[in-house]
Amino acid sequence: MPQLPDANTLFAALIEQMAPHVTDDTALVGIYTGGAWLAEQLHEALGIRHPLGTIDVSFYRDDYGAKGLHPQLRRSDIPFDMEDRSVILVDDVLFTGRTTRAALNELFDYGRPARVDLAVLVDRGERQLPIAARFCGHTLATPLGGKQNLQLEKADNGSLSLRLIDA
Amino acid sequence: MHNPQLNAHGELQHLLSLDGLPREILTAILDTAEPFTEVAEREIKKLPILRGKSIFNLFFENSTRTRTTFEIAAKRLSADVINLNVATSSTNKGETLLDTVDNLCAMQADMFVVRHASSGAPYLIAEHLHTTRRHDIHVINAGDGRHAHPTQGLLDMYTIRHYKQDFTGLVIAIVGDVLHSRVARSQIAALTTLGVPEVRVIGPKTLMPTDLEKLGVRVFHDMREGLRDVDVVMMLRLQNERMNGPLLPSGQEFFKVWGLTPEKLAVARPDAIVMHPGPMNRGVEIDSAVADGGQAVILPQVTFGIAVRMAVMSMLGSN
Repeated sequence: MPQLPDANTLFAALIEQMAPHVTDDTALVGIYTGGAWLAEQLHEALGIRHPLGTIDVSFYRDDYGAKGLHPQLRRSDIPFDMEDRSVILVDDVLFTGRTTRAALNELFDYGRPARVDLAVLVDRGERQLPIAARFCGHTLATPLGGKQNLQLEKADNGSLSLRLIDA
Repeated sequence: MHNPQLNAHGELQHLLSLDGLPREILTAILDTAEPFTEVAEREIKKLPILRGKSIFNLFFENSTRTRTTFEIAAKRLSADVINLNVATSSTNKGETLLDTVDNLCAMQADMFVVRHASSGAPYLIAEHLHTTRRHDIHVINAGDGRHAHPTQGLLDMYTIRHYKQDFTGLVIAIVGDVLHSRVARSQIAALTTLGVPEVRVIGPKTLMPTDLEKLGVRVFHDMREGLRDVDVVMMLRLQNERMNGPLLPSGQEFFKVWGLTPEKLAVARPDAIVMHPGPMNRGVEIDSAVADGGQAVILPQVTFGIAVRMAVMSMLGSN
């Protein structure tokens, strides 16, 4: 099993990359669940002016018909005007790109953002769609394969860590 | 025994009645409805879940509101909705219900929303789909005879949970013409399954089925007794066509005894909510002062009804 990087170190790296690009027009949208935790901490650390948005992309997934509905759906919440906003979509792990595709579709149902960037803690490669992250804490050198899920976990004290789970 | 509502995996295959559905499924529907309420606030009020699916509204009995809310729900899920005006269609030319269904299946229907004056008509369709092995086609009962109106029951449960959070400490009264009400049957089934400790039914003896207590409810024939300290008042519609018949005096007389006025409501808990499935008969079963008052949640019920119907359709569509 590969050594997993420390989430806090990656978080710091991400802040460093993102900070120069944050403006008054920047808004963050976290993807449930891991991306929403990460976005919450980025939102505070970067001092983003617009309130934090969160989305559950379950309804927009392309495997919806095969997988059905997740039992714990969250309510998407976009508390700012999407029109002409500069949006940074936040997810914990970038993998096939299908979640990002679903999130983009959902974002555009709220209006027309001026631009959308993607920020992720880890890019584990093996993309199935033409999607890339502008801000990325770490890129895995060797592919994990489809058998394992890499995900972010949140401890009771709020600290984040990465974990590898058998799919 | 084969439960026509569930598939081989115990998931919802058809929604025919709340009677016989386990608590987990009722709760799953209410939980699924919750994120759908937010869709109405978006610039584009649509989700792609049922894109490319054909949903047929088969209304053998008139209902503008229920049909409209089903249609909105289906359209917000991106389904194609086909409204069959059954009154002017083949049924009048002698086609049987199941022949109509077979023809629509041949047009690649994915879901039927059925309202029928005969109790059991949606069951008949579901059983027919089962025996002809068309397991990918789903039926939703939108009201059958005096039997059931499950999506109304579910939206009522959603409304109660929205305002009262938890079912397990509530006293709930259902008031009015229980005898002819499919809504009341669905409500009683759902409230009991969800663990409401005290369900009361209030109404005149002539409009009350004889074996009601068997359903686990307390029966009252006096408004002030029955409404005392309740958390939720669920009014039923008095169907005009029943008025002035052998069971009932005039509308005004009914109102005097059974109409919900602010005075009668005053014996309920001060934070009690008042619900009504619509359409309301003001001055018959409910006073305008109550219908338009601060305790009424009748319009939110309509809004929640769309989210609940979206939840049912999306769950069926993925099972």
